[in-house]
Amino acid sequence: MANELFQKMAQSIIDGDSEVAVELAEQAIAQGIDPLEAISNGFVTGVNKVGEAFSVGDVFLPELVMAGDAMKSALATLEPELKKLGSAREILGRVVLATVEGDIHEIGKTLVGSMLGASGFEVYDLGVDQPAEKIIGKALEVNADIIGMSALLTTTMVRQREVIEELDKEGLRPRIKVMIGGAPITRDWFEKIKADGYSEDAVGAVKIAKGMVGKADQ
Amino acid sequence: MPRLKLELLDNDLVNQIISEGIALLESPGIRVHNREALELLANAGAKVDFQAQIACIPESITRQALKTAPHEFTLFDLKGDPAVHYFGDKIHFDPGSGGLTIIDSQTERPRLPVTSDLIKFVKLVEALPQVDAQSTAFICSDVVPEIGDLYRLYLALIYMNKPIITGAFRKDTWLPMKEMLSAVAGGDQALASKPTAVFDVCPSPPLLWSETTCQNLIDCARFSIPAQLISMPLAGATAPVTLAGAVVQHTAECLSGVVIHQLTKEGAPIVWGGSPAIFDMREGSTPMGAVETWMISSAYVQVGKALGLPTHAYTGMSDGKIIDAQCGLESMGGNFVAALSGANIISGCGMLDLESCLSYEKLVIDAEMIGMVKRFVTGIEVRDNPIALSLMQKSGHKGNFLSLPHTRKWYREEQYLPSEVIDRASFEGWKSRGEKSTFERARERAEKLIAAYQPTKITGELRQELRAITLRAAETFGMQSLPPLPKGE
Repeated sequence: MANELFQKMAQSIIDGDSEVAVELAEQAIAQGIDPLEAISNGFVTGVNKVGEAFSVGDVFLPELVMAGDAMKSALATLEPELKKLGSAREILGRVVLATVEGDIHEIGKTLVGSMLGASGFEVYDLGVDQPAEKIIGKALEVNADIIGMSALLTTTMVRQREVIEELDKEGLRPRIKVMIGGAPITRDWFEKIKADGYSEDAVGAVKIAKGMVGKADQ
Repeated sequence: MPRLKLELLDNDLVNQIISEGIALLESPGIRVHNREALELLANAGAKVDFQAQIACIPESITRQALKTAPHEFTLFDLKGDPAVHYFGDKIHFDPGSGGLTIIDSQTERPRLPVTSDLIKFVKLVEALPQVDAQSTAFICSDVVPEIGDLYRLYLALIYMNKPIITGAFRKDTWLPMKEMLSAVAGGDQALASKPTAVFDVCPSPPLLWSETTCQNLIDCARFSIPAQLISMPLAGATAPVTLAGAVVQHTAECLSGVVIHQLTKEGAPIVWGGSPAIFDMREGSTPMGAVETWMISSAYVQVGKALGLPTHAYTGMSDGKIIDAQCGLESMGGNFVAALSGANIISGCGMLDLESCLSYEKLVIDAEMIGMVKRFVTGIEVRDNPIALSLMQKSGHKGNFLSLPHTRKWYREEQYLPSEVIDRASFEGWKSRGEKSTFERARERAEKLIAAYQPTKITGELRQELRAITLRAAETFGMQSLPPLPKGE
């Protein structure tokens, strides 16, 4: 029975159907299924499948984003139950995400947030046009493991360096790792500003983030 | 939705071309080097000079043939499902055929193809969803030339599911080819009711039916196997240099084919097709990638449609020798023109070097082109009504379309999603994937698709039968054994 439910859960993520995902999460609670198991054996399986399918070009960004959204809805339904049971979902890490100051582009960054959230990270997405002090302040507040910064313009990507320099000045690295992304970001830039990771796309970003918290996929 | 359509000729011009074509069949008439056809024409009332082998066909006979020729027919795949509908402005694509060389994937230069090359090519065509039909693409150099035509059909039938555009080079190889098709279909009757193959038949410019092709035409009609007229006026050499003049000659040659065909068997399926070209005045060659070549093709397709016949065009080819910019631009232009003209089947993908060479890589690149062309021809459709008003009023200024079910519902239909052959990555993305050229990406995709090929459901018994038919023909021409096929297939 539980297996069948887990399969349906995975499928709801693959279908990107938030409503069905929530319904199945509620069913799991009603049937007394361990929410942690529902997440790891059910919903996460779906996220992984969508990620794999994206990597080989069978599905595309819309499926990826909707899978992320469905995952978020399922988790939101299960969280209160987890708290009630006193058990906490294993969180791979805490990530503060932002588009840097002066830049209002956020499609890529939101996508990364959605995939990280779906993969088990706790994501704090600050949105766009965020100055260094806000980003670092939030990271300290939530005890973040990772700061992720996006920039779409060559004129704003220099802000990524400012945040890193600020972190170094405060002695917050390597405790807080920095990953960067965005259209103008190159490996050269990544090396130049001494960030800890960068990725071309959202699926790659999840891999990098997992590596940063010592939970790299086998 | 108004259909996208390219029409180079106005109605008066179409009518004039048709009436001049009909008049040419009356005088000077058509040369027919085939006794059976001359008799058919004479019995129907044409003025036939058996000595000179010329038939002068009165307009009434031509008009009658046009009345009995069907307006549409369907080609079926080997599973029995409809695959290519020769009808209206529907478009389909198949590779160029009759090539003499293949581009070697390693040296990037042409060489003579052998059995294993054709097998790979057939597998690749099966794997490319944009390509609707097989063609007997090239001639294998490891069998005697006399069975070059039927041997390629034999190989294709072993590995294909899609229908095939083929053709015979001799009078006496057509029958074994028909036998093979009939064996696969389960008899002549089954083949006639669900045809899986079309035979190209080529009149010789100007105004000549050779003994061989004329016999092929008659034999196709007799067995109700679709025949595709490939008239090849060479504007400025074997046809008038004016584009309209070349179309008149094309019209006359094709009309004569329709007449001989329908006199053999009324109602047998026949296609108004061709492979015309302008004559290149500097090189003395037959450029398939010339803009005027496309124009002649587009115009004759329009004439064929005016006559109510299914149509074919030979475009999407390049005269370049390697897979380069010329190769791309000529192929894209020809494909667009033919598709917008509504040619029911467009032959030529994968082909280059003046219609003489094929390439796996070009085929894979052309498949992307065809995907784009098919998308373009589908046009802009209204999916919702109102178009976007409710959607955008609901979503406001959020700009979150990527995460809306509406996007997921429609994006695959709204957008043609190319394979990795088409590079749309960021510069860094391209760099991290190895900085590959189009050719390199195409080569990798071709290798991958060929390796992933799944055998068809053809039975061992049928394979034996096809091989026996082929071997019998080979023996007639002094070849005692056939090249072995790869093991386990």
